[in-house]
Amino acid sequence: MGKQVAMTGNIAVANAMRQINPDVCAAYPITPSTEVMQQFASFVADGKVDTELVTVESEHSAMSAGIGAAAAGGRVMTATSANGLALMWEMLYIASGNRLPIAMMVINRALSAPINIHGDHSDEMGARDAGWIQMYSENGQEAYDNIIQAILIGESEGVLLPAMVGMDGFIISHSIENLELLEDKQVRDFLGEFKPKHPLLNINKPITMGPLDLQDYYSEHKRQQAQAMQKAKAAILKVAKDYKAVSGREYGFFEPYKLEDADIGILTLGSSAGTTRFVVDLMREKGIKVGMIKLRVFRPFPIEELQQALSHLKALAVMDRSDSFGAAGGPVFSEVRSALYDLPARPKTVNYIYGLGGRDLGISPIERVVKDLQEIHQTEKIKELVTHLTVRE
Amino acid sequence: MSTGLKGWKDIPIGGMILEAGNSAEYETGGWRTFRPVMDKEKCKNCLFCWIYCPDSAIQVENEKIKEIDLKYCKGCGICAAECPAKAIEMVEEGKL
Repeated sequence: MGKQVAMTGNIAVANAMRQINPDVCAAYPITPSTEVMQQFASFVADGKVDTELVTVESEHSAMSAGIGAAAAGGRVMTATSANGLALMWEMLYIASGNRLPIAMMVINRALSAPINIHGDHSDEMGARDAGWIQMYSENGQEAYDNIIQAILIGESEGVLLPAMVGMDGFIISHSIENLELLEDKQVRDFLGEFKPKHPLLNINKPITMGPLDLQDYYSEHKRQQAQAMQKAKAAILKVAKDYKAVSGREYGFFEPYKLEDADIGILTLGSSAGTTRFVVDLMREKGIKVGMIKLRVFRPFPIEELQQALSHLKALAVMDRSDSFGAAGGPVFSEVRSALYDLPARPKTVNYIYGLGGRDLGISPIERVVKDLQEIHQTEKIKELVTHLTVRE
Repeated sequence: MSTGLKGWKDIPIGGMILEAGNSAEYETGGWRTFRPVMDKEKCKNCLFCWIYCPDSAIQVENEKIKEIDLKYCKGCGICAAECPAKAIEMVEEGKL
């Protein structure tokens, strides 16, 4: 069995990276992810890992160096936040387009301006179309477990896609929690040796990567990426099953909580799931049949599975910790609502934008959401489709 | 769509080219809008076109122009411009 420890989300992730022992790590510091690479750099300096640590001059360079190393045939990792992820922007698409299974920890943080260093999902949600697998974590334990699994999911046969794992900045990254680390050997045995399919450094079989791809083939290569994302669904479940055998901890596309007999439900992702679960318990004591569903995997988006899990509800609130200005609500809402559209009977679905720039989502705003849902359930009418929660008027 | 090109299931992922030395497989003739048409009567076999052709599309046999390889000729028109005998005319593909 693993070791029970008390550490911050960032240190837990750095320890996951130590146990993963990637071939190459290229990173540039940005709050709140800095501590991950700072701790990992100590592991490198202390000889605890064999990793080649490349200290670059920007996040654009970090991802570029990572792409080069992954193309060469290495197992590659990095970590970033907010504007750092934004600066990687064009390289994110090059990593996924070249089918390089890089694993990246995103310590979720609000995007400037106005400048803010605290946790929300606007960075990672902004990258949702970049062709990366995306997972979100409720706490340090999940961040640790998810980043280890991300390595194998991305490297899976038929997938070969980069994967990013989110963890709420400060709320999780800088909070000390009780969690369990696997033994180093358990992690190394679980991951095994990375055998790249088409390494550029194989001089016996020279290949070309990233050539010009025009009207005659580009569409076919994008179609392949769409297929790889579909294949990633099976890989996510298989890796979760294997990981459970090692860790005892269970993962899927999402985690339902008291949802089966619920009339109304709240869908959320990230750290707010903990508070929401607490409110669900409070409401259940009062006899209110409310449940929660915590989304773990956002890319590939588990459409059919969500349809099954949510179809029996009468009213559903989708919580978004980022806004998609001018859209029909936040990014999670748009996709969940779209997934429900084809169901013969579907819950009335509303959206709450909350917690931007790290603003706390306390108990009372979630109680208000439950109250709204009860009213929608009773009246079958939606008063406000998209509500900006935790905002002063 | 019947273009003769392979579908997404039959090509390497990510646009990778898995063999070296394969540019001959890329038939650049598909780019051509104007085709060089040679008047053999006027041609003096000076081989200027052969020297100038950027795609090695001018085929020579026994020091004489044999033909223009249309699999690779992009129709750039350099041969027609350089020919001292004005033996090459660029003709729009649709009008041939």
